[in-house]
Amino acid sequence: MSLFGITLGIAFFVITQAQTSGFEAFFIRTILGTNGAIRISDSFQDMHGTVRSSSKEGKTRFFFHSREGARYTEGIENTELLRNALLHFPEISGISEVLEGNAILNGGSRSQTIQMHGIVLDDHIMVSDVENQIIQGSLSAFESDSMTILLGNRIAQRLMLKLGDRVTIEGGTGNLQLRIAGLFETGVSQIDKNRAYVHLSTSKAFLGKRFSGSIFQLSMFEPEKAPEISAQIQETTGHRVVSWQEREQVWLDVFKALRISSAITVSSILLLSGLGIFNVFAIMVMEKTRDIAILRSMGFKPSDISAVFLWQGAIILVIGIFLGSCVGILSTYGISKIPLRIRGIFSTESFVVNWDLSHYLWAILIAVLFVSIASWIPARRAAKIEPAKIIRETV
Amino acid sequence: METKDLAKPLIRISNLEHSFTEGEGTIHALRGVSFDALAGEVTAVVGPSGCGKSTLLYLMGLLDRPDSGEIHLEEDSVALANDEIRTNLRNTKIGFVFQFHFLIKELTVCENVALPLRKSGVPEKQALRKAKDVLCRLGLDDKCDRLANKLSGGEQQRVAIARALVHSPALLLADEPTGNLDTANSEKVFQLLIQFAREEKIAVILVTHNSEIADNCDHIISMKDGQIINR
Repeated sequence: MSLFGITLGIAFFVITQAQTSGFEAFFIRTILGTNGAIRISDSFQDMHGTVRSSSKEGKTRFFFHSREGARYTEGIENTELLRNALLHFPEISGISEVLEGNAILNGGSRSQTIQMHGIVLDDHIMVSDVENQIIQGSLSAFESDSMTILLGNRIAQRLMLKLGDRVTIEGGTGNLQLRIAGLFETGVSQIDKNRAYVHLSTSKAFLGKRFSGSIFQLSMFEPEKAPEISAQIQETTGHRVVSWQEREQVWLDVFKALRISSAITVSSILLLSGLGIFNVFAIMVMEKTRDIAILRSMGFKPSDISAVFLWQGAIILVIGIFLGSCVGILSTYGISKIPLRIRGIFSTESFVVNWDLSHYLWAILIAVLFVSIASWIPARRAAKIEPAKIIRETV
Repeated sequence: METKDLAKPLIRISNLEHSFTEGEGTIHALRGVSFDALAGEVTAVVGPSGCGKSTLLYLMGLLDRPDSGEIHLEEDSVALANDEIRTNLRNTKIGFVFQFHFLIKELTVCENVALPLRKSGVPEKQALRKAKDVLCRLGLDDKCDRLANKLSGGEQQRVAIARALVHSPALLLADEPTGNLDTANSEKVFQLLIQFAREEKIAVILVTHNSEIADNCDHIISMKDGQIINR
């Protein structure tokens, strides 16, 4: 029964960790593939502004005083200079200039507000997963014609648009007629129903921001290092830099909480198995007190006696670890094949699992801890049996 | 082969005192007990219940420590030796037989007998062979592979003797070994102890209530209230 508990505990631990960390890893992959590892926006600007309110004749007026000549610049002012500076960071694997702006997309019969992203496709491929997110059309069709647009699939669904349709972008400096070159799906519903990609030059002209307003989206060789690199870039360039960890902290905290709570829940199975082992061994020590006393009279040391119980615990542990790991591997594989359609924060058609050795090591560590304690206490009690006292009482 | 100096006492007890607490009172189990036992001789310890016979046996068997006094085993002072030395001596030089056989019921007869040898590091095959030899001398060779609890009372006690003798101890301590047996089996067990004491030059110290058995021993020590009253 205890062996069954250890097996089940280890298997469940591995399965739940594989699932929660699988979804987390998939979410991270998705957000890195859509918004990159690091985003750099405007520089820190010294406005020295003051706000004053005054009331005359019952009306409240607000006055904003800024330093004489001070001007707020939106986005990155000198993109080439900053790009050159970023090239000195070996951790950065790609830099894409993105000009973001709102516009109204008119599909003929219906229209909606979209968030337009002006990009240079080759650069953006380096910092996103846009290549794999295309579900209709092609990137080459987009690249070859600057008057084309890539639409999020939810926008196309809502406006009943299809590949090759012509749409009008309104707002900014005027209207633009663009042809739909492709539809993309990131799985993040907020992006799929709002975002559209156009050529950077087109968006600059449309939004009237030829020399500023852009941001940089960066990719990294090791995205986990984004917070440190972000801090370094912010320190050296004076721009606002946000890492993906900072940007998605809420979701990452949710995944972390899920992972920890499932680990705690499943560990209780191992704890109960440990208690089972403890009970069995404690009863065994009581039942075998006389035999232990006889063994001690024959010259068996206290350590020999405790070794009997520790070995039994170790055997249960080793078999439990082996069986639990096997069941964990097979179940994780089986679960990864279960169909499950998820859209919202990422897009998947089946359960997402993460194969990570650390899940097995943690399960084993917890099992070792509980079984060791459960075996050690009765073993210690057995080793302390005084043979003369027990034999005298038995006789 | 080690030769034993039969003239020198194998075990010498000097002025042994021992007490233990029971409830709120202290029981003085032994009050200055002294005697010697020679190799190859059987000494009977007799006396009424509670006079300290078994306590004396457990102290000689190094299962307990005296409050004062000295125990010399083959001229080595062992009364206050550390646990490791005492444990090793129990495994190599001392054999125990109790009133109840105290065999481990999950093991076969042969495995039970081989236990002291296995403890001292003798390989399993060799230990089982030696155990079988001893069982053969006790007329139990056909019972080797049986579980210990499948034997009769007399057979179980003979197996317990085999277990006490398998490692060729210098001292055999027997606490009422016939106390739980019928007359025929008592006689058989006692004769075996005499035989092994003579053949193996083992000092046998035997606690008994049976006066016939005591009368056939080489020496009788009578105890009362924790003291030797007659020798």
